Amino acid sequence: MPEGKLCNKKPVETLGELQALLADKSGKQYYEEMKNLDVDHEALWETIRKTCRSRMKTWLKICSHCGLCAESCFLYLANNRDPKQVPSYKIQSTLGEIIRRKGKVDNDFMRMVMDTAWSKCTNCNRCAMYCPFGIDTGVMNGYLRGLCFSQGFVPWEMKIGAGMHRIYQAQMDVTSEDWVDSCQWMVEENEEEWPGLEIPIDKEGTDIMYTVNAREPKHYPEDIAEAAILFHIAGENWTVPSVGWEETSLAMFAGDWAACKLQVDTIYAAMKRLSPKKMVVTECGHAYRATVIEGPYWAGYETGEPPVESFHYVEWVADALESGKLKLDPSKKIKEPVTYQDSCNYIRNGGLSDHARIIMSHIAEDFREMKPCREHNFCCGGGGGFNGIGKYRKERNIALTVKRDQILATGAKFVIAPCHNCWDAIRDMEEIYKIGIRWSFLKPLLLKMVIVPEHLKA
Amino acid sequence: MYQFVTGPLLWLSFSVFLIGVIFHIVQYIKGLDWKQDRVAYTQHIPFGLKGALRSVLFWLFPYGTRSWRNNPVFTCFIFVFHIGLVITPIFLQAHNLILRERWGFSLFTISDFYADILTLAVIVSAVFLIIRRIALEHVRFITSAYDYLLIAISAAPFITGMLAYHQVSNYRFWIVAHVLSGEIMLIAIPFTKLSHFVLFFMSRAQIGMDFGIKRGGMKKNLSW
Repeated sequence: MPEGKLCNKKPVETLGELQALLADKSGKQYYEEMKNLDVDHEALWETIRKTCRSRMKTWLKICSHCGLCAESCFLYLANNRDPKQVPSYKIQSTLGEIIRRKGKVDNDFMRMVMDTAWSKCTNCNRCAMYCPFGIDTGVMNGYLRGLCFSQGFVPWEMKIGAGMHRIYQAQMDVTSEDWVDSCQWMVEENEEEWPGLEIPIDKEGTDIMYTVNAREPKHYPEDIAEAAILFHIAGENWTVPSVGWEETSLAMFAGDWAACKLQVDTIYAAMKRLSPKKMVVTECGHAYRATVIEGPYWAGYETGEPPVESFHYVEWVADALESGKLKLDPSKKIKEPVTYQDSCNYIRNGGLSDHARIIMSHIAEDFREMKPCREHNFCCGGGGGFNGIGKYRKERNIALTVKRDQILATGAKFVIAPCHNCWDAIRDMEEIYKIGIRWSFLKPLLLKMVIVPEHLKA
Repeated sequence: MYQFVTGPLLWLSFSVFLIGVIFHIVQYIKGLDWKQDRVAYTQHIPFGLKGALRSVLFWLFPYGTRSWRNNPVFTCFIFVFHIGLVITPIFLQAHNLILRERWGFSLFTISDFYADILTLAVIVSAVFLIIRRIALEHVRFITSAYDYLLIAISAAPFITGMLAYHQVSNYRFWIVAHVLSGEIMLIAIPFTKLSHFVLFFMSRAQIGMDFGIKRGGMKKNLSW
């Protein structure tokens, strides 16, 4: 059959469609139907003709097969230097081949492409830094995912995730009401210990509009409370929007560009509605990448900038510590050796490595850099959606070994990871490999160290 | 034959080369799209310019980037190969004699001794690059006959030039072979991966602008 009931070329747009997919545990029927999904050659080639411009054409053309990208790729290193894991090979054998054949590829080929695009690349962009020509296989792999999505060859969890964004404007099924309820609940839970604590909703003209990852209201509501308490202690004039509060993008990982645009349009509308001076993103790398770095382009902003100046949480923390808005008790600094995970999306692709070091200088006595570090650091192993795709769990677990070995080499048993994906990957790494490490976001650490002004004490 | 290959055919070769190179530059720039590429090329010009220049310059210097430093032997040979490939034909005495005779001007020249050294260096480097493609599994795996052909096209003018200059056996044959192989290389540049002659700079500048404008360069310079 050309298109299945669950597996087809149409994005998920209704609750019924979403629920049907969710009911298909692990995507059993979905993947079965995918085996018979037709490739629309004309549509595929037409998309490429319109969207594959000189930058990507040049990259595909002038790659000299020198192999310098190999050692830059953590998946190549993790998989015993398998030549099929060389970035150049991965993109030439997929996108390169589709273009050479002018879109005339079959179902088997597209399923191989899907496997490559989601289990052999996390779009970490490290290879771009090591190629003499600056060929960015991560960017091309993102483009390739878009082609796959348009033809229906997308992992089950990514199909669901993109659908979530279209239906909920969030990566999970959290409604605006759920979100507001979570905020109110967190205030109630903490106001006894923190008199006067509030989470202002839809307050106009504040200094900060704060946005979060849907996982926080759904699974880790204490993270919202921690953020509120820290803003409270710092004396910030802040708010959260009731609509446009979620800044992640599984749609970006899925290659659903229309859903990406919908997602950032929702947040940008909140910025315009509330007119904050700044927007601060929670501790999440891909949320920052999607909303602050890529988002303006999806929204059609020629400046490449969001409507309001936007910051990752590490920027706010670094500024609060340097300015004295947050004062830490020096005796409570972390004394054990500790290392920091430089996330791909806000460090290599966001330029915030100095902010991270400012924070570490305030909170740690024995900070140990990973090698390599900063923009040259390796992916945690779970980025680009890898953590969330059951079909590729085995591949993801192999991918974790590079980060595991990097952490072990520092001698530190404690990893600070202000990014939800990195945090998840490192948590899973400990579960799988049992190397005796602990991991943390910044917020709980700061709360343990922060000096609370007298007037705010219970 | 000699008059033909150093006359009309030479004009044709240089014309194809020059028009082809210009075409690639124009096509590349015309094909940049801020919305599709998601880089605000015409905004934040100081950051874009700085990013582009840093990207080109750091990579133009041997060992200027981490990738070059991580592969010291390869880097040495690749730079020797490219330096020889560019400098020798432009500044060779014999070439500049012809230039003055045919086109009325000539450039600074290097002595034949240094030209010989550079020529040998190019040939040795080409041999190294071929051996490397065979010896390293991850490079061999992604290498095709086309890659070897391009090394051959690039090195042929140097091999034939060396043979002609040192008048090994039939001078007439080798000098014509030398000129023809040079012309083949010039014509191949716009039509093959040898277009990296100019596209290296376009691509390096573009990725530099991307990191410089969009991916954090307005906060901190990327250290290549």
